[in-house]
Amino acid sequence: MLHSETLIYALLGLPLVASLGVLLLRKWPNLRDGQAVLIGLLTAACAIEFFARGADGTSLTLLAMTPSLSISFTPEPLGLLFALVAGCLWPLATVYTISYLRGVHEDNQTRFMFFYAIAIHAAMAIALSGNLLTLFVFYEILTFSTYPLVTHKGTEDARQAGRVYLGILVASSVVFLLFGIIGVWVIAGTLDFTAGGILAGKIDPIYVPFLLGLFAFGIGKAALMPLHRWLPAAMVAPTPVSALLHAVAVVKAGVFTVLKVAIYIFGLDFLTSTGASEWLIIVASFSILAASIVALRKTNLKARLAYSTVSQLGYIVLGAALASPLAASGAALHIATHAAGKITLFFCAGAIYVAHHLSDIKDMDGLGRRMPITYGAFALAALSIIGVPPLGGAWSKFMLMGGALDGQHMLVLVVLMVSSLLNLVYLGEIVLRGFFAPAKAGSVADGGYAEAPWACVVPLCITALISILLFFSVDFFILSFTG
Amino acid sequence: MMHHLPILQVIVPLLAAPLIALLRGREIAWLATFIVTGVTFVISLLLYYQVSESGARLVYDLGGWAAPLGIVYVIDAASALVLPIVTGIGFVVTLAARHLVTAEIDQRDHALFFTAWLLTIAGMLGQVTTGDAFNIFVFLEISSLSAYALVAMGAGRDRRALPAAFNYLILGTVGATFYVIGLGLLYMLTGTLNLDDLAVRLADIEQTRAAYMAMAFIALGLFLKMALFPLHFWLVPAYSFAPSAVAALMAATATKVSVYVLVRLMFGVFGIGFVGISEGLGTVLLTLGIIGAFVGTLAAIIETDLKKLFAQSSIAQLGYMAIGIGIMTPAGLAAAFIHLFNHALMKGALFLAIGVIGAQTGRATMRTIEGAGRQIPMTMTAILFGGLALIGVPLTAGFISKLYLIRALLESDFWVLAGLTFVSSALALAYVWKIVEAAWLKPRPEGAPDLYETPMMWLPAWLLVIATIGFGIFASPLINGAVQAAAVFFGGQS
Repeated sequence: MLHSETLIYALLGLPLVASLGVLLLRKWPNLRDGQAVLIGLLTAACAIEFFARGADGTSLTLLAMTPSLSISFTPEPLGLLFALVAGCLWPLATVYTISYLRGVHEDNQTRFMFFYAIAIHAAMAIALSGNLLTLFVFYEILTFSTYPLVTHKGTEDARQAGRVYLGILVASSVVFLLFGIIGVWVIAGTLDFTAGGILAGKIDPIYVPFLLGLFAFGIGKAALMPLHRWLPAAMVAPTPVSALLHAVAVVKAGVFTVLKVAIYIFGLDFLTSTGASEWLIIVASFSILAASIVALRKTNLKARLAYSTVSQLGYIVLGAALASPLAASGAALHIATHAAGKITLFFCAGAIYVAHHLSDIKDMDGLGRRMPITYGAFALAALSIIGVPPLGGAWSKFMLMGGALDGQHMLVLVVLMVSSLLNLVYLGEIVLRGFFAPAKAGSVADGGYAEAPWACVVPLCITALISILLFFSVDFFILSFTG
Repeated sequence: MMHHLPILQVIVPLLAAPLIALLRGREIAWLATFIVTGVTFVISLLLYYQVSESGARLVYDLGGWAAPLGIVYVIDAASALVLPIVTGIGFVVTLAARHLVTAEIDQRDHALFFTAWLLTIAGMLGQVTTGDAFNIFVFLEISSLSAYALVAMGAGRDRRALPAAFNYLILGTVGATFYVIGLGLLYMLTGTLNLDDLAVRLADIEQTRAAYMAMAFIALGLFLKMALFPLHFWLVPAYSFAPSAVAALMAATATKVSVYVLVRLMFGVFGIGFVGISEGLGTVLLTLGIIGAFVGTLAAIIETDLKKLFAQSSIAQLGYMAIGIGIMTPAGLAAAFIHLFNHALMKGALFLAIGVIGAQTGRATMRTIEGAGRQIPMTMTAILFGGLALIGVPLTAGFISKLYLIRALLESDFWVLAGLTFVSSALALAYVWKIVEAAWLKPRPEGAPDLYETPMMWLPAWLLVIATIGFGIFASPLINGAVQAAAVFFGGQS
């Protein structure tokens, strides 16, 4: 029987071991990548074990600066869910990455694998962090470790995108988020995540919306409009980065932080009783709709998926802003369901690129008949994102709608429905064109069966199946938050 | 022996200085200076432990003459905190001076250079230890005059060091004169120059116009010496044309000592109850501090010469210290002391690292560091860490500074000022990023000279970087020390 403390060390340490292994074994690519997959599987096993066992209040302090400032890790259900999502998708993404990098002959594979593992380490540390300071430190490490991945191609375009990426994420966090954290520390005297929040009764309610704003806009990784531009910019990175980091680890770290701050710093009851998050409901709703509309107009597949992500992240922020226990549970579930769905979509986009070097939706007419497995998985994942049963996304949207009803926010219901409709249009178009549109004569899509290499296809099938699994075993993933 | 430590702190470097002028051998002048600064560092640490262990203040009667007739040297929690900064930085910078001075100063002038060097340090230590207001002036002149000479020694490489030193001399003298005029008024009013005695006697006559004038002159003179906006114009040329080692020593310590003297006189002599202090000077410090923070930061963002860039950033950092003092609460003063300490470490590290580049290329500019990240990784990483500490990133000392300054502001309900302070400190990101981009993201231009580094070159900067991170992680001792130092002035002593 493993001790909880051992599991914390394992989740934090294994990705570091993997990154070290990547460096040491750089001369032998097969060994280098093989150990990364193995350690990834081990991490996934630890994450599953820890999630199944649940948090038992174990806390681990690595460094104590002053009595109220420390680097410490305290797992709780929401953090374990995020660790589970990141931990389970990491080995799948690693297999996919290896196949992708070799398929398109990327340079500097060792550097890529190294920072990939470091990013997961940072995501795990964010998931398990016991206070805002720890979270902030690893939030920044996540930003800096993903920068070399975004600019991996080294072209002027990539560097320009990297500048936008780092500029928005670092500036927003250093200006707003850090100020918010210091504000909380001054007001509450602590930064520890505590069930029920730490601010109630210590701050004049008129300041609460302002403080919440510092967090909502300081956490640039949540991609709330107008701070979303870094996400489409980051699409210049190789697709495995977009898949694991910009559909799962990085963006989920953002919305996870928003949710965690709402639940464990402000406290849901405190937010509802002060009405401090009403404005955030409007901003998040706007973000959901506006990003969907932009997605409609994008014909580059990855750009469309990126705006779809911006829109879907809005759901989770919305769940935090609604501040009812049901909405918060729905938002937490959406972290898992959207992760499974969106990583599948990106895997498919990457598979299409590896197999046929296509990135524009207009060129993909009829492609589904050449790549039936990829397109089948894409269709399943798209349905999950739209929220159609029997796929995981249905539950999280359902719970968010329930949360909106709880708070009598009828307009939010409308927003959620319209957004589902928009999802259907911009994701459905890709599937329909792929399967039913006639291929243009002489185009790549015109030809016989031609899938990407199996190591690309197998992971995306597994993640698509996870979307179905999430629907039927949803009990396992629903967290309940009180007050 | 232990009893004599307060005077030994000053007298060791002061007496060693003329002796070193006689040492003409290669390296021997440096070695002697290195040993002397090491000894002063040890003395200051012993003093710190004596004061923090006993909690009492050490009073040393010079020549056995008791105050108020004799001159006394006083070590309390505040001076015991500032002394190790001056001596510690002096020690590390002297270690670096070995290669910096060899690279930048003519061999014949080495002995004289180190003489002036020790005199500057002795003068600063004297200002901190003495309990006599006129003695402060004497030591202020000792450190300033030798500092003018040190800055002028940059002329061997760049003639612009001469006007910079002259400028510095004129403005420095104006500042010192203002201080001594104020002192004259105080002496006229009270008939004493002993700081404790002044505080007692001023309490009876404090609301007179002459006392206000005295305070205004003294404050203005010290604003000039500490380079508070808008009296900071001497600082940027003086730091940027001085030899690299001098720039590092002065950037890290000189202005800090003036800040300390200002605190000592404001709170220790006039006292918080003095109307001019509580209602006038506080607002002035807050206003000039925040303007200085923005002006310095913005000027640093558009600057391309690294020494000038970080000199401009010093203007901003002094602004933060002024804000801390201007809040007029124990928490604010403690924040100022914390930042005084931390900023000395960061700026020392930065200027030492820049010295490594400057010693090879003449001037360290954005162009000369293009692509340097691969050629001199240790040096550039030291600059990066120093920069991160200036921004106030967690796990660096700068974060602790920022945290306590913002808290002190918020506790006194200066919400807007806290926001502005925060924004200006976050703007530091812009100039640090510029350096990162030049050093790591741009390739080394064709034909640019190759840079090199040896452990002896980067080690001194790294010692201070490690201290910056160390005090960022294990912050409690410094915070306690600063709180005790602030308590000296708020514990009913005045």
